[in-house]
Amino acid sequence: MSTQIAAITNVKTGAISEAVYEHPFIVRLCHWVNALALLVLVFSGLQIFRAFPSFGAKIPQKDLLHWPKAYALGGWLGGGLQWHLTFMWIYIGTGLLYLTYEIFSRNYKQVLFMPRDIRGVWPMVHHYFFFGPKPYVREAYNPLQKLAYTSAIVLGILSVLTGLAIWKPVQFSWLAWLMGGFHWARLWHFAVMWAILAFLFGHLVMVVLHGWNNFVSMLTGWKKDPEYL
Amino acid sequence: MNLRTDSRQFKRINRRELLKLSPVLALGAFAVPRLQKPLLKTGLAFSDWASARLFRSGHLAPTFDDSELTPFARFPINGYDVDDPGVDLDNWTLTVSGAVQKPGDYTLAQIQTLPKFRQNTRHVCIEGWDVIGRFGGARLADFLQMIGADPAARFITVQCADDYYESLDMATARHPQSLLCYEMYDQPLTREHGAPLRLNIPTKIGYKQAKYLTDLKVSHVLEKAGYWEDQGYSEFYGL
Repeated sequence: MSTQIAAITNVKTGAISEAVYEHPFIVRLCHWVNALALLVLVFSGLQIFRAFPSFGAKIPQKDLLHWPKAYALGGWLGGGLQWHLTFMWIYIGTGLLYLTYEIFSRNYKQVLFMPRDIRGVWPMVHHYFFFGPKPYVREAYNPLQKLAYTSAIVLGILSVLTGLAIWKPVQFSWLAWLMGGFHWARLWHFAVMWAILAFLFGHLVMVVLHGWNNFVSMLTGWKKDPEYL
Repeated sequence: MNLRTDSRQFKRINRRELLKLSPVLALGAFAVPRLQKPLLKTGLAFSDWASARLFRSGHLAPTFDDSELTPFARFPINGYDVDDPGVDLDNWTLTVSGAVQKPGDYTLAQIQTLPKFRQNTRHVCIEGWDVIGRFGGARLADFLQMIGADPAARFITVQCADDYYESLDMATARHPQSLLCYEMYDQPLTREHGAPLRLNIPTKIGYKQAKYLTDLKVSHVLEKAGYWEDQGYSEFYGL
């Protein structure tokens, strides 16, 4: 895919700046709908978890943690399930639309972490966490970003598969079996949620650090004054 | 591909791209109190529709070895009000009505003349816990034949001694693992587990496993989905 670049002449000063079209419409649409669906799924999921906050036996029951009701969606178990079973379709729908678009538009080359990106991960980690020099950036996403986004996509797929295994442990018994049975699938589903939340935390920190132009690019598609041109 | 533009036009381009995202705001409908309930009801109904499509009559629920059974003492007793509604076991009958050729009262002995099946299956509660229990009883499909149920009928509803009520779609009722259960762990049902007769439907969630059955009705339309369904749970909830 060839990148679309704009040369913008300032009408007042005549100065020329540049912008890159980083995020196609479908990607932006899926990003925001999926983000909202994810929030609903997390907080309704925690409501469901509240009904049996354990991964052990029912008798005797040992609770893992008591999640406060105020930070759960739906009011009660039935309400939480209604939100969860409604928004899972929106989550799956945008996920499938995104994946299909990425494959057919070949836009995945921008996001997908490939073996050749491995070399570039450490320099980025060194830069972000240990004040190392900033590596030269050639693409929209640096290797560490690609690793993070690719992981997030994999986690998204896992969240759906583990969810299907606990929603339909009989019809998808092979899926539940792969995860060690219904009981374990429930634990995996919970673990995948925390992994996604860990990604989300890092993602939001980076959005704040990278400033307004970067944030706007996920709304309009265009990133002004990109550092890699 | 390159684009030459000026700052004013670029602003217009950006605004247009931003407006394209306005469909995202449609999700805000879920925040409107008046719309929230019907929208979630529709979402749950869609999930139920998909569940019914995913159900396969010939696909069996996983079964387990005796060594994997949850000990009987640790099989939870879940009732929505009382553990023992005081059923008169000596004079108990199951009252059959609706779209059947032979309505009337059926004794436990009559039900026990049907072939007996035993199975170790998983009981999954909507709360999230699960246990593996041993169940024995007659196939619901065999009983439906015994009472001459209309093959075109679509639902079964049951009434319980404790005012609980439940329903099943006919495809699930006719599933080979769907039992009119009168034994758990090879012993007659105890009162807390629903003596003398309960449902054991391994392809359904826990709240569908109604206990202390008193009435069974075969119908073409679903009049009452179930006690928990009326509180907001899924009507179908197949596993």
